[in-house]
Amino acid sequence: MWSRLDVRASPYAFIAPFFLLFGVFGLFPLLYTVWVSLHDWSLIGGNEGWAGLDNYARLVTDPVFWNALYNTLGIFVLAVVPQLLLALLLADTLNRRIRFANLFRMTLILPYITSIAALAIVFSTLFGGEQFGLINQLLAAMGLEPIAWHGDRYAAWTAIAVMIDWRWTGYNALIYLAAMQSIPKDVYEAADLDGASRMRQFWQITIPLLRPTIVFTVIISTIGQMQLFTEPAIFDNSAGYGGGTQGQFQTVMMLVFEEVFTYQNYGYAAAVSWVLFLLVVLLGLLNTWLTSRIRGAE
Amino acid sequence: MRQATPLTYFALLLTLVLSVFPLWWMFVIATRTTTAASQFPPALLPGPNFGANIVRLFENPSANFTTGLLNSLIASTTVAVSVVFFCSLAGFALAKLNFKGRTVATVAVVVTMAVPVQIGLVPLLILMEWFGWRGELQSVIVPFMVSGFGVFMMRQYVTQTIPDELIEAARIDGCSTFRIYWSIVLPALRPAMVVLGLLTFMQTWNEFIWALAVLSPSNPTVQFSIQQLNESAYARDFALMFTGATFATLPLLIIFVVLGRQLVGRIMEGAIKA
Repeated sequence: MWSRLDVRASPYAFIAPFFLLFGVFGLFPLLYTVWVSLHDWSLIGGNEGWAGLDNYARLVTDPVFWNALYNTLGIFVLAVVPQLLLALLLADTLNRRIRFANLFRMTLILPYITSIAALAIVFSTLFGGEQFGLINQLLAAMGLEPIAWHGDRYAAWTAIAVMIDWRWTGYNALIYLAAMQSIPKDVYEAADLDGASRMRQFWQITIPLLRPTIVFTVIISTIGQMQLFTEPAIFDNSAGYGGGTQGQFQTVMMLVFEEVFTYQNYGYAAAVSWVLFLLVVLLGLLNTWLTSRIRGAE
Repeated sequence: MRQATPLTYFALLLTLVLSVFPLWWMFVIATRTTTAASQFPPALLPGPNFGANIVRLFENPSANFTTGLLNSLIASTTVAVSVVFFCSLAGFALAKLNFKGRTVATVAVVVTMAVPVQIGLVPLLILMEWFGWRGELQSVIVPFMVSGFGVFMMRQYVTQTIPDELIEAARIDGCSTFRIYWSIVLPALRPAMVVLGLLTFMQTWNEFIWALAVLSPSNPTVQFSIQQLNESAYARDFALMFTGATFATLPLLIIFVVLGRQLVGRIMEGAIKA
């Protein structure tokens, strides 16, 4: 009797903690975001009544939201494109007979395991103002003009993209390396016999065969980068989440923080979050759709 | 396999230098005075001020660094132990026990891995207010006590390492299901548990956004605490900030030394499955 109950009930008891905790702290907040976004909701007053789609209507016409979205997408493209190209080249470099292979592989993930906040502090110092920052001093030593890394929109994007790439290039290179090692050697041997150059082999064999892996890394990067927060928030030396004096590097996630903590406007912050969530899903689907189209065209 | 050329080594060495430099420079400035941060060519060797900077760090009134360090240790350890326990329990059930809804539950776990939970930040904050947890340490612990990634990883590992016959035999001997988990599954899972535990510790130690949202400067985690140093002064004290940053990175570097090889293996393994 007891043992029969044990066999029937134990599996559910074993998986219950996961689903219970995920339900309360993962799924519920995500769904509840929709509910909050349909209300006027503040820190002190709590729920202050139904607002319908007001928050969304505001969002559509809010230049601050569009600015944040522009920054988020801009930094995303500026970071991800060179990052994945560099990662491919690095993986190709590592995919040969080398000494100290393990050391070099470990080097690749060193940035990935360090503290994001700590390194964002270090990098925003490296990209410091006119005379102090190491990078501007290096530019000066080469006879170039200093760059207003914090003041200028595209300079700030670049600095933030460098931080992101420092962290993630090696990680992606390892993923590519693994995929490259699973490509059969005779494919390359055949290409050698046909007299195809190394360059040609890289673009015509390696890259096409790696396509599923590349799509995987693009999707992972999209999910991560759409929620970009820590690097730009720390890069902004002033308190608050404005993203520079003109909001030149305020991301969508920073806007959510600004609405919550500076204006205590939970309803609007929830609307922005929910739109961001839909955007992540949309971009994920777009990626998948594009890949299947490219495949279909072949 | 192709041979390496001198150019190969040059590219790899350059990568090594670029990966290590920011970290090394952080430590160098932490051992010097603030003016060293704007020195050119940059200081490359440690100076004599590390001790003095550490004292200033722990005495700094706006950072609450001791509290931050302790909070991060407690939170990271608790979350790591809890994730390992609950995820191995669920992973075992999904891998070896027969029950209605097993397939659905497994798929659900995989789906949870793809959900960007951060986007539920606002309601989670409201939830914390209802519980009265805002500003309290449990707010950075309890929401992270399980992970879909952990359950999935444990399920895979149990499937690969524990034969069904072993579990059948234990049942015939009259072991309860929990007893099987405790005496057979857990010991076999030890290597995977160490990896999952350290990875989780690392993630929790590193967590910044949620801590910033839910905690207060008087009761921070270590990452939140060093951000206070970044913001507090008009004339920014780089030596102090970098000393804090060094401390915030140190446990991660230790884990890197212990776990680096396995971590490389895990990332590469995941890539092939994907």
